Amino acid sequence: MSVGFILLAHQNLDRAAQVSGYWAQNDLPVVLHIDAKAEQREFDDLKASLAKFSNVRYAPRRNCGWGEFSIVAATLDAARLMLDEFPEVNHVFLASGSCLPLRPAAELRDYLAERPETDFIESVTTEEVTWTVGGLDLERFTLHFPFSWKRHRRLFDRFVDLQRRVGYSRHIPEGVEPHLGSQWWCLTRKTLAAILDDPQRQEYDRYFSRVWIPDESYFQSLVRKHSTNIESRSLTFSRFDNQGKPHVFYDDHLQLLQKSDCFVARKIWPHANLLYRRFLGNEMKALARIEPNPRKLDKVFVQANLRRTRGRAGRRMQSRFPMHDLWAIQKTCAPYSVFEGFTDLFSNFQTWLEKRTGARVHGHLFGKRGAEFVDGAEVYAGCLSSSAKLRDYNPRAFLENLLWNTQGEYQCFQFGPADRQAIGNFLASDQNARIHVITGAWAVPLFHSNMEFGRIRRVAARYQAIEAAHVEKLRSPHTRAQVKLWTLAEFVENPMPVLQTVLNGIDPGASRKLTEVPRLVDLQGFGRFVQKLKNEGMNPHSVGDFPLDDIPGAKTPRIKPYAIS
Amino acid sequence: MSLIERYRLRVERQRARLRFMRKSRQLRRVANRTGNIGKDDILLFSVLRNERIRLPYFLEYYRKLGINHFLMVDNGSDDGSREYLSEQPDVSLWTTSHGYKQARFGVDWLNALQFRYGCDHWNLVVDVDEFLVYPFCDSRPLRALTDWLDASNVRSFGAMLLDMYPKGPINAVEYREGQDPFEIAEYFDAGNYVISHNPKYRNLWIQGGVRARVFFPNAPKKAPALNKIPLVKWNRRYVYISSTHMLLPRGLNLVYDESGGEKTSGCLLHAKFLHTLSDKTEEELKRRQHYGNSREYRAYKEQLEDSPVLWCKWSEKYINWRQLEILGLMSKGNWV
Repeated sequence: MSVGFILLAHQNLDRAAQVSGYWAQNDLPVVLHIDAKAEQREFDDLKASLAKFSNVRYAPRRNCGWGEFSIVAATLDAARLMLDEFPEVNHVFLASGSCLPLRPAAELRDYLAERPETDFIESVTTEEVTWTVGGLDLERFTLHFPFSWKRHRRLFDRFVDLQRRVGYSRHIPEGVEPHLGSQWWCLTRKTLAAILDDPQRQEYDRYFSRVWIPDESYFQSLVRKHSTNIESRSLTFSRFDNQGKPHVFYDDHLQLLQKSDCFVARKIWPHANLLYRRFLGNEMKALARIEPNPRKLDKVFVQANLRRTRGRAGRRMQSRFPMHDLWAIQKTCAPYSVFEGFTDLFSNFQTWLEKRTGARVHGHLFGKRGAEFVDGAEVYAGCLSSSAKLRDYNPRAFLENLLWNTQGEYQCFQFGPADRQAIGNFLASDQNARIHVITGAWAVPLFHSNMEFGRIRRVAARYQAIEAAHVEKLRSPHTRAQVKLWTLAEFVENPMPVLQTVLNGIDPGASRKLTEVPRLVDLQGFGRFVQKLKNEGMNPHSVGDFPLDDIPGAKTPRIKPYAIS
Repeated sequence: MSLIERYRLRVERQRARLRFMRKSRQLRRVANRTGNIGKDDILLFSVLRNERIRLPYFLEYYRKLGINHFLMVDNGSDDGSREYLSEQPDVSLWTTSHGYKQARFGVDWLNALQFRYGCDHWNLVVDVDEFLVYPFCDSRPLRALTDWLDASNVRSFGAMLLDMYPKGPINAVEYREGQDPFEIAEYFDAGNYVISHNPKYRNLWIQGGVRARVFFPNAPKKAPALNKIPLVKWNRRYVYISSTHMLLPRGLNLVYDESGGEKTSGCLLHAKFLHTLSDKTEEELKRRQHYGNSREYRAYKEQLEDSPVLWCKWSEKYINWRQLEILGLMSKGNWV
């Protein structure tokens, strides 16, 4: 008992010759089909290099096009030749010119000899298929496809649409159960002969000549009629990318291919000299009875396809630039917290927060005079400059870069009405932003300042207007950030739950007890200050209902912080 | 895209073609070995002036990568560059003493050569201080990439310019002929790039890096563009319109994915910040042949006088392409 190889090749015939020679030399007969488009000179070279083997045959050369029936016809010719010429062959293995055996020929022969009745062919019902590009599965069998998908994509699509709309459906001949699967199979003599000698074969061939990509469905469907022992998997290791094009293997895949324990791999880059040398040489390592296990390598390919279709969340770079925010659901790469008003109220808020949570707590990153990085650094992670001009040139990129450059560290920063406001919209729209606002807190430093009161009054009015516009954005239904808002009065009345919320926001899992609280600045006389602002004709509404007397809170009921998210 | 807009771009492309055809007359042939170019050869195009010291390593680097033929324009060198190049068996050389600026910073000359010799080949257009790295470049030749791009029906490949610099002052270590410049300039800025989208040509405009950080902190808009599309399967209809930053037809500028995925991309390591920069700056300021009134060189001059250190403690030391991939400066896309 032996295994015969059918090899379909259309280019790089030198490699096809090399692989055929390897099998022929190991007493595995080979039938080659060389595409009629290949150059005669190359074909002659191939024949010459294989002339020394008596177990090599050539099927009549047909002109094969991608996804056309001609490939199936060529395969059928070659199969006929194989069965007729080599009676000792019990299994026929279909391979392409860019296939490469990964394990010694004897191992494949032994493996198949132990399973003389088994047909190895991936054959999946159209309902179960998940890999088809363009969503055509059962429709491959029921529609007409007169236009080339590769050359006339638009016509192809329009014609499919038209047929769908008018409800056209082809009749599927009796005995054909639509199944799809990899083109590369290994069938027993019995099954293959049954397919070739099927009394209805002419009808089937005629039918399949109009099916789209019949090389993925002809044998996969008919085998269901004739075989009793199908192993629905391919012995050929092959993986496809998201565009439906096979991944190519290079010299640096040597270890990966060795690990697959598969018998044959596709597709190999024709210039992968190391692979050809190693796998066709004598040093191929014997694995004895190990089952092929391509699954353990799938991670690599799944990851690659994800990288191409989803990319790295929160990263905009030269080859990933999501244009519509609908698609770029995640705008930044990691969650971060924004604090508004906290440093105005606590003299050591930053050090306290850093100590309590281990997060990086920056000052006002969007301050007018430049980015206040933690510890006053002029340049920060990733060589991000603190220059106000550089930052303001593209504030969004500045923030994205900071978060990308500091992955693994939680970032916090302060924000307020005295800062550059351009980033405000972005913060509100970013689901990674956790924004804590104490409205009106900007009044506290003004209260402590020695400025002339008329000026304080003007600054206060400006800050309040800026803050109101910002808060309005945060309250908008389009906001995706997690926002927590308190007025200054609410906060002062009961600051502990607010601080607890702050800690929980940074690390929701860990329940941190408030054992140590930051130092609140002196608010003696602040109520009077607010009243004075009112007396000057301003309405400091963002401060909230701040009591006039200087001992706030004790008697009035607690007001719970409210959250918008 | 409106019809008018489409028509305007078409006119612009045709004008660029007329222009390079006119400028091609300025080129005088020194050594034409283009007869040796094979059917699938990968070609490199470059314009240079007085870069003799850089040439040996440049040629070695790209020969090793798999460039089959170099087509170069010498813009009036007087340091032996022309003689050196004309002796190389795989270099075809033209020379001109006409203005670099008037030929739109050399683009017109190269467009003309690409039109004539580059069609249906993969063309790599780089300066002699730019070194291409792409995914798997340490284990796969350039042909592996171009074959894969062909199979994926991709015609253009983006590679952002990454400015490299030494740890100490630029003048501290002297670059020797034939040396790998990144033995000296081994650091780069990893995460301070900003990108905006140019709807007219659909290209991305990337700025930032060390040049923005050190030379343009107060005028970021003027910082040089770092987006580049140096590798293109050339067609007679194509033209570069502004250095290798962008092309027409503008579909070629879509080297990025717009819906969240990552396309495969590389980087051009830029070996500009070596001791040679001081002399170059003097010379270029005299010639006034560079972009934006040579403002870039004027900025260098101011800084170079006090021998600047570009390095900072956050500078990243270059290891390999995988590092650039992890840092998110380039991407493997779905190439495995």
